[in-house]
Amino acid sequence: METISTDVAIIGAGGAGLRAAIALAETDPTLRIALISKVYPMRSHTCAAEGGAAGVIKPDDSFDFHFHDTVGGGDWLSDQDCVEYFVKEAPKELLQLEHWGCPWNRAADGSVAVRPFGGMKKQRTWFAADKSGFHILHTLFQTSLQFPSITRYDEYFALDLLVDDGRCQGVTAMEMRSGQLRQFHAKAVIIAGGGAGRMFPFSTNGAIKTGDGMAMAYRAGAPLKDMEFIQYHPTGLPNTGSLLTEACRGEGGILVNKHGRRYLQDYGMGPETPVGQPQLKTMELGPRDRLSQAYWHELQKGNTVSTQWGECVLLDMRHLGERKIHERLPLVQELAASYLGVDIVREPVPIRPVVHYMMGGISTNTRAATPLPGLFAAGECACVSLNGANRLGSNSLVELLVFGRSAALSAIEHIQGLPAADTAALNARAEETQMRIRELFSRSDGTESMSGLRKEMMDTMEKNVGIYRNEEGLQEGVAKIHELRERYRRVILTDKTNVFNTDLFQVLELGSMLDCAEAVTVGALARKESRGAHQRLDHVERDDKNYLRHTMVYRQGQEAPRVDYLDVVITKSPPGVRDYSGDHK
Amino acid sequence: MKQRLVQLEVLRYNPDTDSEASFQRYEVVCQDEWVVLDALNKVKESIDPTLNYRWSCHMAVCGSCGMMINGEPKLACHAFLRDYEGVIRIEPLAHFPIERDLVTAPDDFMEKLKRVKPYLIPQQKRSLDEGENRQTPAQLMKFRQYSMCINCMLCYAACPEYGLTPKFIGPAALTLAHRYNQDSRDAGRAERQEVAATHEGVWECTFVGACSEVCPAHVDPASALQQMKISSSIDWLKEHLMPWGSK
Repeated sequence: METISTDVAIIGAGGAGLRAAIALAETDPTLRIALISKVYPMRSHTCAAEGGAAGVIKPDDSFDFHFHDTVGGGDWLSDQDCVEYFVKEAPKELLQLEHWGCPWNRAADGSVAVRPFGGMKKQRTWFAADKSGFHILHTLFQTSLQFPSITRYDEYFALDLLVDDGRCQGVTAMEMRSGQLRQFHAKAVIIAGGGAGRMFPFSTNGAIKTGDGMAMAYRAGAPLKDMEFIQYHPTGLPNTGSLLTEACRGEGGILVNKHGRRYLQDYGMGPETPVGQPQLKTMELGPRDRLSQAYWHELQKGNTVSTQWGECVLLDMRHLGERKIHERLPLVQELAASYLGVDIVREPVPIRPVVHYMMGGISTNTRAATPLPGLFAAGECACVSLNGANRLGSNSLVELLVFGRSAALSAIEHIQGLPAADTAALNARAEETQMRIRELFSRSDGTESMSGLRKEMMDTMEKNVGIYRNEEGLQEGVAKIHELRERYRRVILTDKTNVFNTDLFQVLELGSMLDCAEAVTVGALARKESRGAHQRLDHVERDDKNYLRHTMVYRQGQEAPRVDYLDVVITKSPPGVRDYSGDHK
Repeated sequence: MKQRLVQLEVLRYNPDTDSEASFQRYEVVCQDEWVVLDALNKVKESIDPTLNYRWSCHMAVCGSCGMMINGEPKLACHAFLRDYEGVIRIEPLAHFPIERDLVTAPDDFMEKLKRVKPYLIPQQKRSLDEGENRQTPAQLMKFRQYSMCINCMLCYAACPEYGLTPKFIGPAALTLAHRYNQDSRDAGRAERQEVAATHEGVWECTFVGACSEVCPAHVDPASALQQMKISSSIDWLKEHLMPWGSK
């Protein structure tokens, strides 16, 4: 197996991975950087983020406001030292992108424009029409092209971390074009591999979002944190699951049920605000968890609209007018027209909640360091505990910038004065990957189809770990995922050739998703309270006495994982009431 | 929901086992509102796991699933079954070497993209303390359209010139050079002209306009290349006919 020696290996070339790579290259041009991704950088799922990125820039706003919005939005499960660091770094990162050419929308005076977003007390969401993630990703990718020390390994499928002497010292990967295995020996590794929304059948996530980075860290012994917190975005297209950005509501779109009632007022987010005059932090600008939960209640009450794509509520943007829609929401207009045949200028569009984002991930601290020395993580794959139990829209694009950079700086610190690697030991670790892949190719007693197992996993996640959960359903979920992990050992690889074998990659991705699903279900069963995106019908209250702490799940091979807890860091905001009623104060 | 029986004829090629490419026929029941990508996914899931193609976002923004559909370059996630009758013929993106089945090697495009320096080259590096560059909405509109390129490479598959002259830098990369040239914050045009204003660059374009017709992001590369030609001509005039004009 060919060995590639590098200083820092980055797994994932989306927003967080690219930001980390640029920070490494700028800080120390002599560093060798290997940027490894299973897709070309511009295919990364950062491109699908629409609404924008939050950072304090306008004179009426403050770090404190952004801090309190984030902590309350996260139902007090955020680590407050992390949030304090984040809100201060956020505007710097967004400015940095501006200096790199990001085409942010502008106010008439040429300053950066901001728009309202859910759960935010002030307008602080920077945006580039409704293609903010796309522009951030391409700005980063294009900027990265000027650094000769960044060597890209596009379409290399990362497999296993190389751990020796208690430190992460590299990764194995398959060159997808040839099917050949490579080992990267690195002094530090940064995982920036994204979330695992594809565990669910109905998701805004692209096909590549299969949690490979999370699973890789989990297999190497790093804990996954707060995995039970899965964000449903309240407004997805009912057939494809494509995202209709929160900016639809930020710009003034309203949600109505089949009686034409703006039902959010019935769930603690009223009173009703005038149509076309959105008010911050109330009604349609409440947080995502509350809005998705309100849909569930409307469904139980029979207030939803029956469509050929299932039960929906309606997002009405007609009053915004054609001009504003075209200027601010062109992608939404296009998506609704082509995939649903709905002209949002003239008709309300049916929507329903859709799995969108994982608050949980590889446990990291504010320095983006995991408990495994030499391993760092940033972006959706990490749980730095910024988002707590519910992420506010427009915080994640900034998160991947702030902590992508942070991971790079921490990695540089880590590699100073490291002892030399034991190459023979690393080679032996890499052999284990080779054996694992070889076994898959030579397996003759396979009985399980990849697509069959995947469907059962998705159905289990949707049925048992959805918007509302209960003990019985979660026990069933835990048992079923355990069973699927067992059956996965007998999965059949149909295609046994070498070149761009997507059958193989799908089998490997399923393995990653099953590992993530295990942590999600086990964490959800253990958390006997309702907080943010984790809502239990049998434990309806938040329980700060027992659960003001993070769930830490450690993998134990094929056995049930070990669950442990870590206290939440509170600096200045004691747990309080989340108030999204418009008449407060 | 209405269903339809869809017949696909897909070009298959595996360098491990095949001496040449050949078509394979599949028949799948699809929902009427599906796109070609949904049909391919159903084939892969229920008929033939060995079929290979790229895809991710299913919303025409990641640019992964470009392929030839009935001879036209299209994103499979944005090619609606309702727009096709009879057998749908699917081939890998034209003008790029095949890796396997519908997967092509984009190396040439990636290399060319890098050569045009598609990043901001400011007159003077600005520190974060200096705050944002001011840019009016009108200045933004001068380049915004050209910043929408998703790098799907459909324009390269459509461009007859690129088919004939592979050294041509091509529509998407040149358009991105133009995007930065037009940005009020940028001062890098002279550097980019070293590549863009050559005979591998805009002067290779014969203005057929096929690139703009197939662009799924409405970038209109043809107009970008036309603008670049005009400004390159002005450069030439200034340099050769009005030597004082370039001072």
